[in-house]
Amino acid sequence: MSSWMPLLALLGVLALAYHLGRKRAVAAVGGPTHISALHSLPGYYGFYTALWAAIPALLILALWSGLQDQVVTSLVKAQLPTEMTRGMSEGQLGLLVNDVKNLATGKIVAGDASPEVRAAADHYARLKQIARIALWGLVLALALAGMSLAVNRITPELRARNGVERTVMVILMAFSSVAILTTLGIVLSVLFESLLFFQHIPWHEFFFGTEWSPQTALRADQVGSTGAFGAVPLFAGTLLISFIAMLVAVPIGLMAAIYLAEYAPRNVRSVAKPVLEILAGIPTVVYGFFAALTVAPAIRGWGEALGFTVASESALAAGLVMGIMIIPFVSSLSDDVINAVPQSMRDGSYALGATQSETVTRVILPAALAGIVGGILLAVSRAIGETMIVVMAAGMSANLTANPLEAVTTVTVQIVSLLTGDQEFDSPKTLAAFALGLTLFVVTLILNVIALHIVRRYREQYE
Amino acid sequence: MNNPVAVPPFANPDIATKRVIDHVNASLKRRYAAERRFRAMGLAAVALGLLFVTVLFVDIISKGYTAFQQTYIQLAISFDPEVIDPEGRRDPEALQGADYAKLIRAALKAQFPEVTDRQDLRALSAIMSPGAPQQLQHMVQADPSLIGQTQSVWLIANDDVDMVEKGQIDRHAAEADRRVDDRTLAWLDALSAQGQLKKGFNTGFFTTGDSREPELAGIAGALAGTFYTLLLTLAMSFPIGVGAALYLEEFAPKNRLTDLIEVNINNLAAVPSIVFGLLGLAVFINLFGVPRSTPLVGAMVLTLMTLPTIIIAGRAALKSVPPSIREAALGVGASPLQAQFHHVLPLAMPGMLTGAIIGMAQALGETAPLLMIGMIAFIVDVPHGFTDPATVLPVQIYLWADSPERAFVERTSAAIMVLLAFLMLMNLTAVLLRRRFERRW
Repeated sequence: MSSWMPLLALLGVLALAYHLGRKRAVAAVGGPTHISALHSLPGYYGFYTALWAAIPALLILALWSGLQDQVVTSLVKAQLPTEMTRGMSEGQLGLLVNDVKNLATGKIVAGDASPEVRAAADHYARLKQIARIALWGLVLALALAGMSLAVNRITPELRARNGVERTVMVILMAFSSVAILTTLGIVLSVLFESLLFFQHIPWHEFFFGTEWSPQTALRADQVGSTGAFGAVPLFAGTLLISFIAMLVAVPIGLMAAIYLAEYAPRNVRSVAKPVLEILAGIPTVVYGFFAALTVAPAIRGWGEALGFTVASESALAAGLVMGIMIIPFVSSLSDDVINAVPQSMRDGSYALGATQSETVTRVILPAALAGIVGGILLAVSRAIGETMIVVMAAGMSANLTANPLEAVTTVTVQIVSLLTGDQEFDSPKTLAAFALGLTLFVVTLILNVIALHIVRRYREQYE
Repeated sequence: MNNPVAVPPFANPDIATKRVIDHVNASLKRRYAAERRFRAMGLAAVALGLLFVTVLFVDIISKGYTAFQQTYIQLAISFDPEVIDPEGRRDPEALQGADYAKLIRAALKAQFPEVTDRQDLRALSAIMSPGAPQQLQHMVQADPSLIGQTQSVWLIANDDVDMVEKGQIDRHAAEADRRVDDRTLAWLDALSAQGQLKKGFNTGFFTTGDSREPELAGIAGALAGTFYTLLLTLAMSFPIGVGAALYLEEFAPKNRLTDLIEVNINNLAAVPSIVFGLLGLAVFINLFGVPRSTPLVGAMVLTLMTLPTIIIAGRAALKSVPPSIREAALGVGASPLQAQFHHVLPLAMPGMLTGAIIGMAQALGETAPLLMIGMIAFIVDVPHGFTDPATVLPVQIYLWADSPERAFVERTSAAIMVLLAFLMLMNLTAVLLRRRFERRW
């Protein structure tokens, strides 16, 4: 493919740089027999040269790729005939430019486009072509220049290894800062959009309002879609489903962990534990499918047989399946924690004549309580943030109810439904998703911090 | 003890006659019963967990195995030159645009001459898939000499016919309650009696992209999208993850900043995945202008999501390499980086690869963040690069699960089976890798 050619060329230049740097270093001391006169191993001179070729070129590549689109777009905008753009709002102009781009990349057919748009599309395509050639010309030239500069600097005294290692260290540091940048990116992006949202909708209305219907009117004369952004029903729905999930997961997970850790013969444990952990590896979309197509109809059927009215997207179905998903999470965390309780405590209890179950409930569980609570908090945070099961099996309507047989909606369901499909980016409807995301992030973060802190403290206690 | 007022222990007549051991013995029955109950509860919990696994798998497989078969109908198609290529020039454009559906209608009419009513005829041609004409088109394009001949061809049947053949539409239900009416059933029985109806392996499921017609929908597009997305995710997250683990475990000074990074990584591992989707939408798409719906932006989001897993596994792997290795390398004059890259890293590599595979398995099953960045679009074409609009297997499953057609249920289940097979393969590889290369120092 042609778009790979320049990249291959750049790689070729780098390989050449390595080869030349190495050769030059060996030649500088008069052949391979004298390389002990070099400061570093010959390969380091090669890497040194290649780094000199790569770094400036890659920096320019990154910078250019970031800016190119804006520059080209503004050039195209300037080229559009003024009689066409006069009186257009910023948004309309943006749509027009989008049309032009889509036309140029062949995503829409040219048939119904006006000649001006077609001309602009040609212009756009030409500019992009020019920009591409110029970019790769510049990048390759820079690489070659860096290479020749470095080759000329090579002397036996050059501390090539130190230079290379310093660069590698900087790269490693940059890699480890990605994690920090991710958190920062999450916080800033979510916070920024949420602040925009709270300019439209007061925060107290969002956090304490009990009416949620995010459909805003597209036209001023539309009836009934004023948009209400009170998130309490979503919080309640999320809590209800998470509560049901924990009701399933905690007893089963905890008892399974106790049985496997304290009672099960070795061979049972070696089979049952991995099989239970399969549940943790199943993608959530599979659970969602299972909940929507198997569990929900079954619950509806049983409910109706018993004379209850059950919504086809009941909170119970979603919660049950989410509970099944979380079982291995609770059981493996509890298993770790229970195994960390020192054997001497068990032995002491047995020596006093306690039975095994008494030892578990009166000695091991109290000793392991902190760790178990931490594990459960992590599981709650996972239940709150779980998306696919509730998107597929829970409802869309915001009901404020505690009845598990009715349909409720959750924070994550609403984020997905607000952000999938076409939308303009700065309407309150879209921004509401970010406000929900912020809430979700903050709540799960607090749960995680507390839980991780508890678990760490617990581990230190027995180490 | 030496209080003179104290009653001597055995002065109490009750205690004198009943010793401690008697109290214990009296309660033993109750305590042993409690012990048995507790034990049974534990066993029940494990059994329940295993039951859930079984039910889940049985449910998916029993719903999905039929999707690997597809109903075909054999028709004697006469490749009428008048219809396909009236000008007789074998012009590729004419072959492309010809009305192949007409050939099928003619063949059906010849098969069932008794059907004459317009409405009946329409119902009759509805037993064939809308994709059947395309099959003919491909045949003719591949071999124009077919024109003018008559051949019997196996063509894809419509999804309703498929459902009847697989018994998923109950033919004994009242006519109003089923999607297929009695006359269609009669035609199918007639075809079946003449051996013109068969179920064959559904190759289309693995070779075509998505479609609105269940019988034409396949997972090839989603598989290709998954492949590109995961390849890019691995290419980005593995080097970054290994580099970060190396720096944090071996070089980073112990200070507040590195503490913060460590806490931060542990927290990121527990952030709901959908939040990463929000990040991708706000930063990658709206700020940086990365094209929506592409494997590129999907991989960027998944990289950030799997990075904590890979870093944590990488650090554990580095920790398990004994310090003597480093000391020996440093002792013979290696620089710290040489000691790491030449000695420690190769020894830690199996553990790091295991972590990477587990991270990739996590990325393979992830759906929610990809919905945010537009990988949910309906895409018919199989993507051919990192910047083509694409979807991935889990998202395809989500899309199909939302479709109302009965025939999509079995396809969804079959797609899930494929997804689970890949996941098991990856996890198995991770386990084997760990077994094969695990070293106790």
